[in-house]
Amino acid sequence: MSRQACTAALVGNPNAGKSALFNALTGARQKIANYPGVTVERKAGRMVLPSGEPVELVDLPGSYGLNATSPDEEVTRKVIMGEQPGQAKPDVIVIVLDASNLEQHLVLAQEILELGRPTVVALNMVDLAERDGLILDPAALQSALGVPVIPTVAVRRRGLVELAAAVAAARDAVSDTGPVARPHVTLPERRMLAHEIAAGAILSETRKHRLHARIDQLLLHPWLGPPILFALLFVVFQAVFTWATPFQDALDGLATGLGDFVRNALPPSLVRDFLTDGVIAGVGSVIVFLPQILILFFFILTMEATGYMARAAFLMDRLMAGVGLSGRSFIPLLSSFACAVPGIMSTRSITDPKDRLTTILVAPLMTCSARLPVYAVIIGAFIPNRQVGIVGLQGLVLFTLYVVGVVGAMAVALVMRRSITKGAASGFIMELPKYQLPTVKDLALGLFQRAWIFLRRAGTMIFTVTVVLWLLLNFPRAEAGKDQVDASIAGHIANGLAVVVEPIGFNRDIALALIPAMAAREVAVSSLATTYAVSAGDDDQTARALGDQLKGKWSLATALAFLAWFVFAPQCMSTIAVTRRETNGWKWPSFMLAYLFVLAYVFAGATYWIAVAAGLG
Amino acid sequence: MTLDELPLGTPARIMSVDWDALVPEEAQRLRALGIDEGARVSLAYRGVFLTRDPLAVEIGRMTVALRRAHARAMTVNRVEESIPA
Repeated sequence: MSRQACTAALVGNPNAGKSALFNALTGARQKIANYPGVTVERKAGRMVLPSGEPVELVDLPGSYGLNATSPDEEVTRKVIMGEQPGQAKPDVIVIVLDASNLEQHLVLAQEILELGRPTVVALNMVDLAERDGLILDPAALQSALGVPVIPTVAVRRRGLVELAAAVAAARDAVSDTGPVARPHVTLPERRMLAHEIAAGAILSETRKHRLHARIDQLLLHPWLGPPILFALLFVVFQAVFTWATPFQDALDGLATGLGDFVRNALPPSLVRDFLTDGVIAGVGSVIVFLPQILILFFFILTMEATGYMARAAFLMDRLMAGVGLSGRSFIPLLSSFACAVPGIMSTRSITDPKDRLTTILVAPLMTCSARLPVYAVIIGAFIPNRQVGIVGLQGLVLFTLYVVGVVGAMAVALVMRRSITKGAASGFIMELPKYQLPTVKDLALGLFQRAWIFLRRAGTMIFTVTVVLWLLLNFPRAEAGKDQVDASIAGHIANGLAVVVEPIGFNRDIALALIPAMAAREVAVSSLATTYAVSAGDDDQTARALGDQLKGKWSLATALAFLAWFVFAPQCMSTIAVTRRETNGWKWPSFMLAYLFVLAYVFAGATYWIAVAAGLG
Repeated sequence: MTLDELPLGTPARIMSVDWDALVPEEAQRLRALGIDEGARVSLAYRGVFLTRDPLAVEIGRMTVALRRAHARAMTVNRVEESIPA
C-alpha cells in the first residue's frame, strides 16, 4: 500500500451528520467538484493524523445501502468498491452513525463491515441522543461490531483527535486484510441484527417527549404549517430584494467607478472600449447578483441545516404532486424567483433524476429578479397608472406576469412528465431529520462555496459571451459618420432577426436589443436606451426617458408582446451555463433554449395579435 | 387496515406490503429505511389542509415522509401495548 496517498472515506446514512463531521475534520481545506459524468458532488479535504501526516478525506453522499437507488448512492457504492474512475479506493472507511438512530444506521454499517476493510465507526451526535434521553455504551457497540467505535460531536469538535488516531491505527494495523469480515446476510437478517446490536448498546433510555416532535406539532400542523411556511418565505423574499440593494448598488458603483477610472486612464481606443464596455460592464452586470445569491443561500443553507427544509418539502408535496413533481422541487423553484442560477444549483437535493431534470428545465420560467428592470420600463411607459378597484393597474400587470410564469412552469412540468421526462409518477419518500441549531462555521463555509461556484462558472461564461457580443457589435468598424451598430455584425444579424420577429409585432430595434440581452435580460433596457440614443445619467432617469421614447415608437400591442416574450425567453447566459454544468452536457441546455424560445415566440405572437384584434395595435 | 387509515399516534405493525403496487426503486428505498414487513410504525402527521397527503410515519426514532399511495400498499395491525423501553 502506498504511503504518500492515503485516502479515507466518510460513509453514512443521510442525516448522520457526515458533512458537519467532514467540515470539522478538514476545516476549510476542501475541494469541491463533480464526479466525472454525473452531477454528484465530490467533496474532498485534508485531514491531519496525530502523527502530522495528511490524509485525503472524501465525504461520500449519504446512502441507505450499497444497492443504489439514486446517482448519489451509486457514487458511494463505486467509491467504496474502488470502481469510481479517478478516485483511489479508500484505505480506511469511516462509518458515521447517528447515535440517536442506531437501529436504522446499523443496517448500512453492517453492509460495509461485511466487506472486511479497515474501518472505524464514528458514533456521531451523542449529545443530541443524550438530549433525547438516550445514553449509549460505545464499548458495547465496539465489541459487537468488532471495529473501533469513537463517540463524536462534530459541531463541538468532540472526539475528533480520537477519531484521527483510530483512522491512523486502522490503516497501520493491517495493510490488506483488515478486520474479519462479517458474514454476508440478507436485509431482514441485517435489520434484526441491527435491532439486537442497538438494543445491546443502550445503557438507559428514557422516552422523553422529544423536542423535534413538539416543534413539528406546530410546523407540520395541517392548518398552521403552510401559513408559517409562507410567512417565512415572505421574509426571505423581502430580504433578498431589500437587504441586497445597498450591496448591489455598491458593487454597481464599484464597476462603474472602475470603468470610469480605466476610461480616464487610457487614451481613447478600441482596447479601452473593450475593457470598459465589454469586460468591466459585462462582468459587473453579473457580479451585482452576488448579494442576492448570498442572502438567498444564507436562508436555504440555514433551512437545510436546521432540518426545516424537509418540512417545507413535506408541506408543499401535495401541490407539487399535481404536476408530477414532488415536494423536493419546491425550494429550487422558489429560489428561481430571485435567480434561476442558485435555483438550478439547489436541485441537487432532488434524488429522482427525472424530477430533477424537469425542475431544472422549468426553473427559468419563474420570474427572476433580472426581469424586473425590463418589466418596470415597459409597464411604466405603456400601462396607465390608474386604480382597478383597490389595486393599481400597473401592479396588477406585474403580478399577472409573475402568475403567467408560474402557470407556464406548472404546465410545462406537467407536459414534460408525460413526454420527455416520462416515468413512474415520482414518489416522495424522505426522512425528516431532527431539528438542530446550525453552526456559524458550517454556514459560512457553505456560503463561501456557493459564492465561489457562482463567480467562477457563471463568471467565466458571462465574460466570454460579453466579449463575443462586444466584438459582434463593434466589428466590422463603420465608416466615419455612419452608425456603428448598423455596420456591425450584430446589426446585420438584427436585420435578419427582424424578419423573423416581425410577425409577433417586434421591430428591428427590438431585434437588436434581443441580441445583447442574451447575456442577461436586463441588458435589454440599456441596449434599447442606446438604440434610441437616450442620454441620461443614472438608471432611473434612463428608464423614465426611455419610457417616453418608447411610447412614441411602439404600439401598445408591441409593448405587451415584448412583456410576454420576456416571461418565457431564455435570455440569460448564466442560466444556460449552469444548466450545462448541472446536466453535464449541451443536450438539455440546448433543449431548454429551444423550447423556451418557441414558447416566447408563440406567446408574444398570440399577445400581439389578440391585442391588435382588440384595437390596441 | 392499511397504513393510511391508521389513526394518528396509534402504534401498529406492518403485516404485509404489496410490493408490486410500488415502483421498484421506491420499494427499495422504503425497505432501506426499514419500512418493511414486521416494522413497528405510527402515523405522526397527515398532509396539509384537507389533503391527508403526504404522511409522516414514525419508525423507531426516525420520521419518514411518504405518500398515501405508498401507505395504501401496507397492511397494518394495531399494537396494543406501548413500546417497551
